[in-house]
Amino acid sequence: MDFQLPEVGFIRMLPELFLFLWAAFIITFDLSTGRRNSATLGYLAMLGVLLTGLIMALTVLFGNEGSTAGYFGSGFGTMFYNDWSALFFKIIFLGAAFMAIGSSFGIIRDKIINHRGEFFGLMLLSTVGMMFLASSNEMLSLYIGLELTTIPLFVLAAFFKDDKTSVEAGIKYFIIGAFSSALLLYGFSFLYGLAGTTDLTQMKINLALTHLTFHEIGVILILAIVLIVAGIGFKLALPPFHQWVPDVYEGAPTPVAAFLSVGSKAAGLIAFIKIFILGLFAFYGPEMVPNDWGQLVALLAVLAMILGNTVAIRQTNIKRMLAYSTIAQAGYIMIGMVAMNEYGLAAVGFYIFAYMFANMGAFGVVALFEDQTGSCQIKSYSGLAKTAPMLSVTLTIFLLSLAGIPPLAGFMAKYYVFAAAIDMAGSGAAYSWMYWLVGVGLLTAVFSLYYYANVIRAMYFYPDASPYKIKFTVPSYTVIVMGLAGVLMFGVYPEPILKLASYISLSFGFIPH
Amino acid sequence: MLLTSLVLVPLAGMLVVMCLPKGAKWTIRWTATAFSFPPLIASIWMVWDYFFNHSGTSLMAYVVGPYDWIPSLSIQYYMGVDGISVPMVFLTGLLSTVSLLASFGIENRIKEYFAFFLLLEAGMMGVFVALDFFLFYVFWEIMLVPMYFLIGVWGGPRKEYAAIKFFLYTLFGSIFMLVAILIMYFTSEPHSLNMMTLLDHGPTMSHTLQMVCFIFFFIAFAIKVPVWPFHTWLPDAHVEAPTAVSVILAGVLLKMGTYAMLRVSWPMFPEALRSLSFWIAVLGAIGIIYGALVSMAQKDLKKLVAYSSVSHMGYCMLALAAFSSVTAITGCMFQMISHGLITGALFLLVGVIYDRAHTREIAAFGGLGVKIPVYTSIMVYFSMAALGLPLLSGFVSEFMVFIGAFSAVNKYLVGISVIGVVLGATYMLRMVQNVFLGEFDLARWGGLTDINLREIITVAPLAVLTLAVGVYPKPLADMMTATIENLITLMAR
Repeated sequence: MDFQLPEVGFIRMLPELFLFLWAAFIITFDLSTGRRNSATLGYLAMLGVLLTGLIMALTVLFGNEGSTAGYFGSGFGTMFYNDWSALFFKIIFLGAAFMAIGSSFGIIRDKIINHRGEFFGLMLLSTVGMMFLASSNEMLSLYIGLELTTIPLFVLAAFFKDDKTSVEAGIKYFIIGAFSSALLLYGFSFLYGLAGTTDLTQMKINLALTHLTFHEIGVILILAIVLIVAGIGFKLALPPFHQWVPDVYEGAPTPVAAFLSVGSKAAGLIAFIKIFILGLFAFYGPEMVPNDWGQLVALLAVLAMILGNTVAIRQTNIKRMLAYSTIAQAGYIMIGMVAMNEYGLAAVGFYIFAYMFANMGAFGVVALFEDQTGSCQIKSYSGLAKTAPMLSVTLTIFLLSLAGIPPLAGFMAKYYVFAAAIDMAGSGAAYSWMYWLVGVGLLTAVFSLYYYANVIRAMYFYPDASPYKIKFTVPSYTVIVMGLAGVLMFGVYPEPILKLASYISLSFGFIPH
Repeated sequence: MLLTSLVLVPLAGMLVVMCLPKGAKWTIRWTATAFSFPPLIASIWMVWDYFFNHSGTSLMAYVVGPYDWIPSLSIQYYMGVDGISVPMVFLTGLLSTVSLLASFGIENRIKEYFAFFLLLEAGMMGVFVALDFFLFYVFWEIMLVPMYFLIGVWGGPRKEYAAIKFFLYTLFGSIFMLVAILIMYFTSEPHSLNMMTLLDHGPTMSHTLQMVCFIFFFIAFAIKVPVWPFHTWLPDAHVEAPTAVSVILAGVLLKMGTYAMLRVSWPMFPEALRSLSFWIAVLGAIGIIYGALVSMAQKDLKKLVAYSSVSHMGYCMLALAAFSSVTAITGCMFQMISHGLITGALFLLVGVIYDRAHTREIAAFGGLGVKIPVYTSIMVYFSMAALGLPLLSGFVSEFMVFIGAFSAVNKYLVGISVIGVVLGATYMLRMVQNVFLGEFDLARWGGLTDINLREIITVAPLAVLTLAVGVYPKPLADMMTATIENLITLMAR
């Protein structure tokens, strides 16, 4: 028997390959120039992300659709698969990386003197991992993508070597990350045993067939589902797997925390979508009880929204506050995930897109403030509206977007998620529990306003002027303006992104009516 | 175009004000006021034109759209006005300009103040002209942000508490509205957020869903009105807010609640309305009596006026419960307008005395009529209007409310509510007596100056309109009749 090499389709992987090479180039460049140019490196990294995006756009636009030269389709057998959902999430990864790099110029100049190249290189490598993850259609490559995403992030979290909290953050993140990966892998091994394949599309068919034949796959599948939910739950920071989040966010360099909160979360999401909607779709609905993961995930979402939104109220450190806020935001995203209709996944996509702008923007402001004042306490923001009016306005807009106040993008995202859930809840008695999900989501959204408003209150309501003056820096302001533009533009006119996000639903087989 | 400009001109004004240099105080003040003039002039023209050309029908006038805005979710850009929104738009335009003029005394962070104020005006205008649910919701929410800042930055001693309480309380109400909107959206076929289409969809929904949606909308709107027992944010917000913001709060924001009931939940869910109208009347009656009783106990002038708002909005609720009577609904509209004029003016006048005396405690004053006669006469005029003196607008509206409600809702409830008029006279007259009559404390208030020209100019239009509506209410009633008759047919389905 002849062994036939699978179709390679390099063009589909071109952006990833380019970014990988660029990361290597940045590290080499830093070494060969004697580690002197801090800003140049940063701009180079930003340029690399932009070029990757450009390459991706060009291959999508000018690739020969339907042949091996097109962007969409599979490469390396079925290991690598590009569809609209992969493209959408890659845009988010690149956007998050771009904004995280933009807000790290301050720490690069003052704090990380000896490893600037590595800092940017690792960040780009992590982005490459996320992009691979988004394109993998199979458990092994999915796992490798996930590892390539998180391992550089362990290092990045501990990048302030002399700072106890940063090292603590790195260790914590490393141990919990490794543990969760192990759980995930354990779950995968059960799935492989049940389905006899690592290919997710084939797995769906095999598992459904087994289920239909024997009417009961049994406890092993439940075990696999629980293990995988736990494994990815760590990455998504869904309670009760969230304990690492506040400590890591507080200790890690702020841009890294920002990148974690958006990039890593989006990576977890796409992994979740791939495994559960591609592989385990048949076990979503209550008709397949007890192998039902929909309600399990809904429960975690409820926990996330309640816990994130209430604990955030008590925080005095803005990074910890934002950490709890991201836990809550993950809960809202998961509402879209369990709403299994043509809106659900599109809502997930739009939510993370809108969240990227608001959250990266907010972290951008926090990073800029920290660089110039050295403080992350909410009370240090007192009176900032008088000395840095524009910065205060933008931070206010980001926080209001996160709270879901119209006409900002965050509101549109919440609206879409809740719309998806209400549509699903009305579709039959078996799904009416989703009304409760919506109820909890909306109520906790009201709570969330309180802690976001706490920061706004400090900035605006404090009678005296702040002692700090925030100086203008080009890269930070690029990030902030980009976030602002996204939050305002996609709040007022979200149609193009909604359209693009609806292709995510489409690529997983949810046909809009 | 006309309606779009009502929203866009204040928004543009906000951006312009934000770009002005911080030190140019008078430039900022006049620029902001100048940007409130075009909407005011447009709304005056609209009242004129609507009265002569459109008041014969209940159709929407000056319609914009519907244009597709976010087609993925069937969200449209759709605006229009009819007989119940034209007076509200006029009231918004008038009170915005008046409040901006009354804000010239603000010395602290002027630029932000006027920018937020213009954003507030844009939001209020939007609510009264939006005909798409999503658009309506966006405007409804957008207002909370400037209001939060206006109370929180420029307010009184407990401003932070009042600001966040207002923000959270109203947001809490809005989430119910959001759920109701989404339920209506997904049960309509094809999915729609167009209020005019949904008017026909509402009654076809199942009884349970109608009740759910009605109650959800009611909670959202009742918090805004505020209907007893959702009124607790109001005294805090009013007392802490700066004068001009109180004027807007009482004059326009509270009306958004009753306006939205007439526009949305009443005609859309007639079945639910019929089964709940008694309880709505009960809430209205409680509001009237409770508000009046609490007003009597107030020691603070502003708090007195704030609680009198609870009482006066109770009349609106009582009238709304009498949904089958044209007189009652017209009375409700009259009450909304006259309360906007009278209470707006009362807040302005309380602000005038507070600026000079730095206290609002009723007991601290006495015999001021001797020292500041012009102020006294204006204040007495508006107090009389508030207690329902014939020939002033308050009397017309209360009379219509009672006449209409008497035959349409429970007679005993209306009977109890009439006591509210007596109580209203009690607290108003007591206030007048304690502040303006009696012994004058020369040592303490000897340096008090009378109301100045700018302040007279700000209350003058309100005084004139109060008298005009009171003496000759017919044009205003004629303007609304066709629309209200149409609403009543919709509610009788």
